[in-house]
Amino acid sequence: MTAAPHTVPALELAGLRKSFGQLEIIRGVDLAVPTGERHAVIGPNGAGKSTLFHLISGHYRPNAGSIRLRGEEIGGLAPERINRRGLSRSFQVTNVFPQLSVWENVRCATLWGLGYRYSFWRNVERLADARARTEEILTQINLLDRWRTPAGVLTYAEQRALEIGLTIAGDADILLLDEPTAGMSHAETERVVDLIRRVSENRTLMMIEHDMGVVFDLADRISVLVYGEVIASDSPARIKANAAVQQAYLGTEAA
Amino acid sequence: MLEIVLISTLNGILYGMLLFLMASGLTVIFSMMGVLNFAHASFYMLGAFFGFEISRHVGFWPGLVVAPFAVALIGMAVERYGLRQVHKHGHVAELLFTFGLTFVIQEVVQMIWGKLPVDYRVPPSLDFPAFTIFATNYPAFKMFELLTSIAIFAALLLIVKRTRVGLVVQAALSHPEMVGMLGHNVGRVFMLVFGVGAGLAAVAGVIAGPALVTQANMAASLGPILFVIVVVGGLGSLSGAFVASLLIGLVQTFAVAINLSMSDIFGGTPLAGVMSVWFSDIWSVTVAQIAPILPYLLLVMILIFRPRGLMGNRES
Amino acid sequence: MQRPGPPARSGFLASYGVWIVVAAVLLALPQVFSSGLAISTMCLMGVMIIFALSYNMLLGQTGLLSFGHAVFFGLGGFLTAHAMNAVRAAHAPLPLEVFPLVGGATGLIFGIIFGAVSTRRAGTTFAMITLGIGELVASSSLILRSIFGGEEGISVDRTRVLHLFGLNFGPQIQVYYLIAAWCFVSAAAMYALTRTPFGRICNAVRDNPQRAAFIGYSTTRVRFIAFSLAGLFAGIAGGLAAVNFEIVTSSQMGAGQSGTVVLMTFIGGVGNFAGPIVGAILVTYLQVMLSDITGAWQLYFGLLFIGVVMFAPDGIAGLVARQQAVWQAGRLHRVLPYYALALAPGLVALAGLSLAIEMTYQLTVNGPEGPAMRFLYMPLSAASPLPWILATVMFVAGTWLFVRAMRLAINAYGEAIANSRGRA
Repeated sequence: MTAAPHTVPALELAGLRKSFGQLEIIRGVDLAVPTGERHAVIGPNGAGKSTLFHLISGHYRPNAGSIRLRGEEIGGLAPERINRRGLSRSFQVTNVFPQLSVWENVRCATLWGLGYRYSFWRNVERLADARARTEEILTQINLLDRWRTPAGVLTYAEQRALEIGLTIAGDADILLLDEPTAGMSHAETERVVDLIRRVSENRTLMMIEHDMGVVFDLADRISVLVYGEVIASDSPARIKANAAVQQAYLGTEAA
Repeated sequence: MLEIVLISTLNGILYGMLLFLMASGLTVIFSMMGVLNFAHASFYMLGAFFGFEISRHVGFWPGLVVAPFAVALIGMAVERYGLRQVHKHGHVAELLFTFGLTFVIQEVVQMIWGKLPVDYRVPPSLDFPAFTIFATNYPAFKMFELLTSIAIFAALLLIVKRTRVGLVVQAALSHPEMVGMLGHNVGRVFMLVFGVGAGLAAVAGVIAGPALVTQANMAASLGPILFVIVVVGGLGSLSGAFVASLLIGLVQTFAVAINLSMSDIFGGTPLAGVMSVWFSDIWSVTVAQIAPILPYLLLVMILIFRPRGLMGNRES
Repeated sequence: MQRPGPPARSGFLASYGVWIVVAAVLLALPQVFSSGLAISTMCLMGVMIIFALSYNMLLGQTGLLSFGHAVFFGLGGFLTAHAMNAVRAAHAPLPLEVFPLVGGATGLIFGIIFGAVSTRRAGTTFAMITLGIGELVASSSLILRSIFGGEEGISVDRTRVLHLFGLNFGPQIQVYYLIAAWCFVSAAAMYALTRTPFGRICNAVRDNPQRAAFIGYSTTRVRFIAFSLAGLFAGIAGGLAAVNFEIVTSSQMGAGQSGTVVLMTFIGGVGNFAGPIVGAILVTYLQVMLSDITGAWQLYFGLLFIGVVMFAPDGIAGLVARQQAVWQAGRLHRVLPYYALALAPGLVALAGLSLAIEMTYQLTVNGPEGPAMRFLYMPLSAASPLPWILATVMFVAGTWLFVRAMRLAINAYGEAIANSRGRA
């Protein structure tokens, strides 16, 4: 690595491309997210936002370009390897362990980070650090009193909270949140925004969000993705003023 | 030598086409419903036994038409009243349901027709040699089997390319996750496809029955080979199933024709003594004797070197 | 205030009470059921319990449907048999008690080998691969005669190895205690395994493999370890079977045996640790008893299995576990009458179906003996129309009433649960 550590971005995408058959969804994305930044990705439906997250998190393999995590190339690695390097993500469609209890869901997510790996000789109930961490996460996402409940029967908002809980339970310091407030009421959204603000302290955050209120409230910087390309990446105030963005994306809403 | 090659090639293609008659139904059903029908070979067996029973009373030709229809009806009933109920419990339950069905069908067949092979004869109208190569008669019935399976293959291609149901099937093959969105009639299409798949397997049974052995264990011995085909070809790939069917048909037919063992090859060499000790049983086993395990060896090889299967493009 | 979360340390009785009871029952069983048939049946049950529990490590815990699990059972049995014969020939001082370990080691090694190939895929493909491996091993065993003994299999004499504490394992009762001890240890080990980080991650992979990868776990690795460990315990079961029967044949690792363990485990219930135990006991009992009563017993089996898959996918243990909620709510008396109401027509329908099956059997398989037969001690002729009409009426009417009664029962159950929730 040539760059000095403090200037290496937490996440850096260069010339990233992904196509499915003839259809190119991500058409050369360059983006750098510095450590500690709260970065929002916005854009119209079908712009490729979720595909971008799938590429970064290892769900898809890029066709070209590079993805660097703290300067190290991770493009094409398996999801678990990327996760072990400190990047964790949530899903747009709730993606929890439905038959496991809320407690078990979160505890499973803490295990790798605490170094228990595939241990089949320790009693899981006696792992004090996993217990403490699980309790801490459940307190943060406000699900402590639901610890016994199977995740599959939680309410939608509770499942969304658990989704975030699973994402932050490991020791990842780069979080990717895919539409964390989708489908939520106003009050619920406020609670989630509050939660995101708390959990993203001392971490790098990248999030896809449609609710502009949330975006302008939380983000330090905003990237606008349109047809697989980043057309602007700037501070919220300047994004608002950006003519290209207004035309391509905010145009209809601003009018 | 040339004689063996020619006859084996013909027989191999024939066996491969019969396998494909079954594997195609299996593949289409899998693509559309996401369930691998474990009982598919049981429908093949039912076809053979129905064909046999009908041929005893009214002759082979009515059986060729009636038996597949009867099996198709059974298949549709299985889909409508069995699989569809189990669907809500997930794919594992669906697979287990069809697995249980193989038990029941096998037991019922055994109960009605017994465990011993039945005397399912080649119809007299086709009981003559079609042609003779190097003093070997090639039976007309085998030519008929080959032509029938090719004709059905062609008809299926036409149906898939030209009809509405065919369109749904094509959509299912290329975008399996989309099928659910095709509209409210999808249930009926599933039932129809399941029935047609079962019927195709039954056709294979009716025409293969007289040439091979019609007996209550025929499903249990053929079923695993079918599943090897769909995995080797790539689960959900019709062209993969076609290639794998022919491949396995040819490999097995040729293996059966080769009466060669390691002792024949290395018998005269100085290594013979050491090798016969080290390889013990394998030393004198002929290629023909290992023919039954070749499909499974092929499966393991494919999994090691090309886990997606020959033509597979989707990870399950 | 009590802290949330499962208790870190429970009292001695809460942790080990069940196991003490199990041990006591295992010790006492031969006193209660002391006939020769009972003892040998219980020996078989013990072996099958280990086998079914090992299978459930795959199906129930990790969500892997294998159709070739008997491979490890059979290979474990063969290697144990060869080890016994070798030890006997060499006069090596190795007591019989430790031989199941040979089976376990064999199962583990082959679990690692076959697991490396099969666990790269999951779901339906995995199921088909295990089926293929099962066929591969079963067919190869018929070729490799010096290892697998061909059709006759490999025989052993369990009394001809070192005797410890004066036990020569001639009497079946001594074998019972050997199997019971191994069954206890294996079950305890497999239970403990469910309570480790690995055990919980297996559940996570079963529930949602995609998400498991995104919390840092390689699903392939998890499946691979589960597959290998399941092979280990299946191998122990196979080793015990070799000791028990004093013969191992290649049919013990064939598709039939692999199918039996699927049936057992699923009928017992995959979602509950005790499920496979219940299934192994019930299915073994039915195999022994039904095969005496009727020649069509495998058909009943298949039908029972399909019935469980369709209507009780949690298996018997799942059905019982559901009643626990009603019982805890103190409302079991509200639902029990409905169950009784459903049971009566259910039995009638079953009798009708069974009558039809038995008459068919009489006409076909027993054809040479003529149509005269007995059904539930009643003499009748399978060739006359009356019993056929009776069977049809019993089956159709019984099923119709059963379905209606079950609807009522399900409603009553739902109400009982809803009421208890409302009260809480």
